[in-house]
Amino acid sequence: MAPTEASERPSLERLLATREIMVACGPGGVGKTTTAAAAGVMAAVKHGGKVLVLTVDPARRLATALGLTGIGNKEHRVPDEAFAEAGLKSRGELWVAMLDTKQSWDDLIARHAPDEATRDEILANPLYQNISGRFIQSHDYIAMERLYEIHSEGRYDLIVVDTPPTRNALDFLDAPERMADFFSSRLLRWLIMPYRSRLVNVATKPFYQIADRILGTEFLGDISEFFILFQTMYDGFVERSRAVGRLLADRRTTFLVVSTLESVPLREAEFFAQELTSRHLHLGAMVMNKVLPEYLRGSEAADAAHTMAEQAGELGGLLSERMGPAHEPLRDSAQVTRVLKEISASFLNFQTVALREAEERDELSVAPEVMVSVPFFDTEIHDLGGLYRLGEQIWE
Amino acid sequence: MNDLLDKKLLFVTGKGGVGKTSVATSLAFLAASRGQRVLLCEVDGKGDVAGLLESPPTAFKEREVSPGLFAMTMDTEEAMKEYLRLNLRVPFAGRIGPVAKAFDFLASAAPGVREILVVGKLCYEVREAHYDLVVVDATASGHIVGLLAAPQAVNSLVKVGLIRNQTDWMLEMLTDPAQTGLVAVCTPEEMPVTETIELAGRVRNETTVNLASVVVNRVLPELFGTQEEEVFETLTRPDVAAELELLVGSDTAPVLEAARLAVTLRRTRSVHLDRLREAIDPSVPLLYLPYLFTRSHGLRTTRQTATSLGEELGY
Ligand SMILES: Nc1ncnc2c1ncn2[C@@H]1O[C@H](COP(=O)(O)OP(=O)(O)O)[C@@H](O)[C@H]1O
Ligand SMILES: Nc1ncnc2c1ncn2[C@@H]1O[C@H](COP(=O)(O)OP(=O)(O)O)[C@@H](O)[C@H]1O
Ligand SMILES: [Mg+2]
Ligand SMILES: [Mg+2]
Repeated sequence: MAPTEASERPSLERLLATREIMVACGPGGVGKTTTAAAAGVMAAVKHGGKVLVLTVDPARRLATALGLTGIGNKEHRVPDEAFAEAGLKSRGELWVAMLDTKQSWDDLIARHAPDEATRDEILANPLYQNISGRFIQSHDYIAMERLYEIHSEGRYDLIVVDTPPTRNALDFLDAPERMADFFSSRLLRWLIMPYRSRLVNVATKPFYQIADRILGTEFLGDISEFFILFQTMYDGFVERSRAVGRLLADRRTTFLVVSTLESVPLREAEFFAQELTSRHLHLGAMVMNKVLPEYLRGSEAADAAHTMAEQAGELGGLLSERMGPAHEPLRDSAQVTRVLKEISASFLNFQTVALREAEERDELSVAPEVMVSVPFFDTEIHDLGGLYRLGEQIWE
Repeated sequence: MNDLLDKKLLFVTGKGGVGKTSVATSLAFLAASRGQRVLLCEVDGKGDVAGLLESPPTAFKEREVSPGLFAMTMDTEEAMKEYLRLNLRVPFAGRIGPVAKAFDFLASAAPGVREILVVGKLCYEVREAHYDLVVVDATASGHIVGLLAAPQAVNSLVKVGLIRNQTDWMLEMLTDPAQTGLVAVCTPEEMPVTETIELAGRVRNETTVNLASVVVNRVLPELFGTQEEEVFETLTRPDVAAELELLVGSDTAPVLEAARLAVTLRRTRSVHLDRLREAIDPSVPLLYLPYLFTRSHGLRTTRQTATSLGEELGY
């Protein structure tokens, strides 16, 4: 660990005590869900208060450990016994909830629809069912929307949010703005313009002629009908989207960018960190996860491995001769030689990767005070104890 | 024994970071090196393909990046323009720009339109026989079902019109296991394996595409057999370790510790491999690719992975 880290930890730890929203984001598969859950556990154990982890795609055993068995948006409290089992004591309350996209969309419609009839009509519309279930990056939008909803209810001191696996790590940041743009678009007005005016309006005529040919009048009609219904919720949606955007930019919110030190995810994470800064969003920490152990990088160990590889035959013979009498498995010197070759080659392999990763980290153009490394755990992290151990690496 | 490369259209998917781009690129590279004319299309264009082939950046317009291997990046607005140009006659030619923009908007409003453009462009390349094989570095497993199910969804929502007629032949192509296949990439870890098993189910229930193969990437080597493992355990005993250090003349502890790490990792991961093997239909071949301990990832690793894939496929 770098010597500067002693001074950087307090500020990182302070985030857990001072922020109201912590968003874990980054490329796919790097440990966002795990980090978000670990942050929740750390906050509950160290700082108390009421903490919610809003998670997206926990591994099954992690979900089970957190008590997330059913589906739906329900918030569950992680029982004190679960902490006790892991040898921990929670000062506050840890709650967890899973994001159910479809359910959240339905709730959103129910909230913004002007009346019950419109609500039911939208919910029953086949286009709506398709959109909410499958299309328009609805996952990204709904995650941010739900965060806003829960935050504004004010039931929690800290909400830690896991982000969905997006095509692009920035999608969820742009989602509220995109949704607002969509509703204010001139093109949307074309779509919901009465059928008669479409073909006489100079601007829309070519569009409609082509659209008719490609999509058919009927489908176009379905689309229009759907958006005419949606239009009734226009103001609510736009206002809401903007509010979500403001909340993300607020000082109460901080972002943890999670990555591994592999070059592809790291480049994406670095870009993301820069982008957060240029949008004046708060970059709380850059968590480098799954970092290979430091002992792999030593040059003396490399010398040892080279010697073992080069002189495996001789070393195998000597070890077998000297230690064989006391240790039966060492009596076959050829076998000892093979093992020495294998382990030295394996060390040098891992060293190549560890050194490359160390270099990647050194070259990062991110302020060093926000950088944290989390070692690669050789067991999977699927209970409170594991999450706490991982959390300690980040926050202690 | 394996006809993976005899298909016309392969979609490569998997959880983020498992190696979709590496596998798609290597598959395309392998097919091209066997004399096929191949198009590699990056759908979530981040430019990683160019890095792995050490080529200039890819664009919507395909470019031959190595003999027989053409690479492109999907761009829905460009695909829309191409579609309009191909399907509509002269009167609109000059106005394709603004009309395409309007359609791009429509595509974000109307379910499935954007997806159908992507799939449509790929199917079109196959139908026109511009290539022997089209390999798609597709979206992550969370989005792939939406992409592959789009022709069906549009088919059921749209009753008439050009798009409707086109989904018919597209569906025919996508449904034919001899032509189209999905390649699911995972790593031997809990989440990727679980996601792959779930994906296999969803693909079966919600799409018409066949799961052609599962690629397990980043498989760690087995260091030793049982007897050798016993030797290794003995080497870590304090008296033996001290003797080894004395003989070698420098600190050997990290070397032993690293071997311990390798053994543990291999062991915890094999549980997930067993789970995968059990859950995936035995008729779907599992291909294993080794973890690459290299200084960087580029043309050299693409070649290595292509070779490993070739061996797994029995070439
Ligand atoms: N530091 C670590 N050491 C070892 N395994 C880890 C570590 N962090 C996360 N993992 C494992 O990596 C996998 C992916 O983590 P996850 O949090 O689901 O990633 P993401 O949400 O970014 O896709 C999980 O199986 C998790 O247990
Ligand atoms: N077999 C392998 N061994 C070691 N590293 C690998 C292997 N395959 C891929 N990687 C590395 O993993 C990272 C993600 O791979 P990539 O193909 O970009 O995944 P995806 O397209 O699924 O996000 C890259 O840094 C890549 O170099
Ligand atoms: Mg996750
Ligand atoms: Mg990729």
